[in-house]
Amino acid sequence: MLEIRNLHATAGDKEILRGIDLTVNTGEVHAVMGPNGSGKSTLAQVLAGHPAYVVTEGSVFYEGQDLLDLEPEERAQAGLFLAFQYPVEIPGVSNAYFLRAAYNEIRKARGLEEVDSMDFLDLLEEKLKVVEWGPEIMSRAVNSGFSGGEKKRNEILQMAVLQPRLAILDETDSGLDIDALRIVAAGVNTLRRPDNATIVVTHYQRLLNYIVPDYVHVLSAGRIVRSGGKELALELEARGYEWLEEGVEAAS
Amino acid sequence: MSSSVERLVNKEYKYGFVTDIESDVAPKGLSEDIVRLISAKKHEPEWLLEWRLKAFRGWQKMVEPHHWANVRYTPVDYQSISYYSAPRNRTKLGSLDEVDPKLLETYQKLGIPLSEQKLLAGVAVDAIFDSVSVGTTYKAKLAEQGIIFCSFGEAVQEHPELVRKYLGSVVPASDNFFAALNAAVFSDGSFVYVPKGVKCPMELSTYFRINTAETGQFERTLIIADDGASVSYLEGCTAPKRDENQLHAAVVELVALDDATIKYSTVQNWYAGDEAGRGGIYNFVTKRGKCAGNNSKISWTQVETGSAITWKYPSVLLQGDNSIGEFYSVAVVNGWQQADTGTKMIHMGKNSRSTIVSKGISAGHGQNSYRGLVKVLPKATGARNYTQCDSMLIGNACGAHTFPYIEVQNASSSTEHEASTSKIGEDQIFYLKQRGLNTENAISMIVNGFCKEVFKELPMEFAVEAQKLLGVSLEGSVG
Repeated sequence: MLEIRNLHATAGDKEILRGIDLTVNTGEVHAVMGPNGSGKSTLAQVLAGHPAYVVTEGSVFYEGQDLLDLEPEERAQAGLFLAFQYPVEIPGVSNAYFLRAAYNEIRKARGLEEVDSMDFLDLLEEKLKVVEWGPEIMSRAVNSGFSGGEKKRNEILQMAVLQPRLAILDETDSGLDIDALRIVAAGVNTLRRPDNATIVVTHYQRLLNYIVPDYVHVLSAGRIVRSGGKELALELEARGYEWLEEGVEAAS
Repeated sequence: MSSSVERLVNKEYKYGFVTDIESDVAPKGLSEDIVRLISAKKHEPEWLLEWRLKAFRGWQKMVEPHHWANVRYTPVDYQSISYYSAPRNRTKLGSLDEVDPKLLETYQKLGIPLSEQKLLAGVAVDAIFDSVSVGTTYKAKLAEQGIIFCSFGEAVQEHPELVRKYLGSVVPASDNFFAALNAAVFSDGSFVYVPKGVKCPMELSTYFRINTAETGQFERTLIIADDGASVSYLEGCTAPKRDENQLHAAVVELVALDDATIKYSTVQNWYAGDEAGRGGIYNFVTKRGKCAGNNSKISWTQVETGSAITWKYPSVLLQGDNSIGEFYSVAVVNGWQQADTGTKMIHMGKNSRSTIVSKGISAGHGQNSYRGLVKVLPKATGARNYTQCDSMLIGNACGAHTFPYIEVQNASSSTEHEASTSKIGEDQIFYLKQRGLNTENAISMIVNGFCKEVFKELPMEFAVEAQKLLGVSLEGSVG
């Protein structure tokens, strides 16, 4: 589904990704871990097409097409979803209006008919259960005045509505209390299907107790320095990131 | 970013066509003779001619006020403008069927419900083409309730006592340079009188259109809501694209007596000039309402998207006790547009209240200034004001400025002022793009959210129009 080859990316003059290789197949959950500044979030943003980053080398293929050739909205329409680390506030725009607009844009791009607001409300009712929310959240402005936890739950709600093929969760666990973490993780698990895939970007092992990954990759200084199964996350929890970084220094 | 900005900023102004119609145009230049000519063309009574001449003489001693407003423009050459233009062959018209079909075609292009079928849409329309009123629809139906809705010229003929009583009672002819100019040369406009206790059953609407080159438009609107009356009025404006600047110096006066309510909404989309800043309308307008009676209310809502230069401050004189003044404004500048706009709320009555919500959006090389005055006079015990003034910047070449003035002379009153400036962020746009929206839809959504508090004050059908207009005005402002 996703083939990342030798990916290099810069922000300003600074090279942040320095040769990433990663393959993700349908049905898989990959965890990308690493210390602050290792490039985890940059990888997520580059895959979604954030204009602040420039890809200088390498390739990314998503379901056979050159992902880097697509505008961010085209990537979204092709089923790529990024749950933001810092969801953005859109004052004055109701959650319901925003979500329906996004849902319809994606349907339009796929040649499907747009849904009207009545049908959309029916669909929403189901999706709200995923994040254990009532309908009142839909009349609030997008993320405006939301607590950190509410913003993250809203990301998962959007994911439930938009049903991505490839979901990238960028530090969705940061700033969450244990209840919110449980709800968010349960939401993600509910949405796991054999025909989609998830990349979980996280600093801590904690989230992986709830969302169990098939593969764990450790990023350091813009490269994947170690890949393994879910037990790698536990090892990191016990030993920290330093032992891996030392290994990198020695190797280079 | 910039390439798609350029591509999209070069959008066409949809209303930029010129109607090929013969016009009766006065020679260029301004003199007492021209004032007399206009008055004679309109068969005005002597008192009105005198009023005009007095205004003209006053105007000659005044100086164009370009020193304080935060706008830069080439001064207007008042001798190179024609002060009167009327579609020719115009005799007294009995019905719309007699209106020049080319004129009707123009109004159809503008989407104005002037034709008989469209009347079913239920909006009463007075259309001002260049200087004269072309047709007032729905007049008979309104007359059943004693409501007068007609061109200003007609009101002078048919209801001289009302015109004489209220003309200049809110904006005196000597008020300011442009108001004095208007008083001297105004050629038509709209007149509304709603009698005691009558709630006007429909929206009243005027469309203004400047067609002829090198003419100015100087219309005058006077709306009176008698005791317990209420009325909602909407004004829309367009003009053809031309290389030279054209002057629009209108005056609007509103009078609300005891327990009366006037709601005045404007969607202004005058031609803004081309991508190099050539041409466009100079929109120098004086709009003021007087809450003359107790418990009266005047509410201004404006959506300003056009004009090269905008200079206007719809204001309310809160004379009556418990009177209410409101000002809701969205002002958009893109390209090389400049706007200096805001309001004045003058509290005189006890427990008078005012609310100001101003949303300024600046894109391209646009410069947007909010200028507002809240003044509480000594007698205005218990007066309250709330002001919210938000600016949004799109891109790096535009500017937003705020000039709030607060003068309080009564210790029991309270005023609040909140202000914010935000920049439409790459992150906001990226967030919406990541959810599948393209850049234009993303900006439109963000901006409409920003303006929501103002749009909800507009009558429903115009709110939709305003939202679309805003989308068009800002197309391509961010790449």
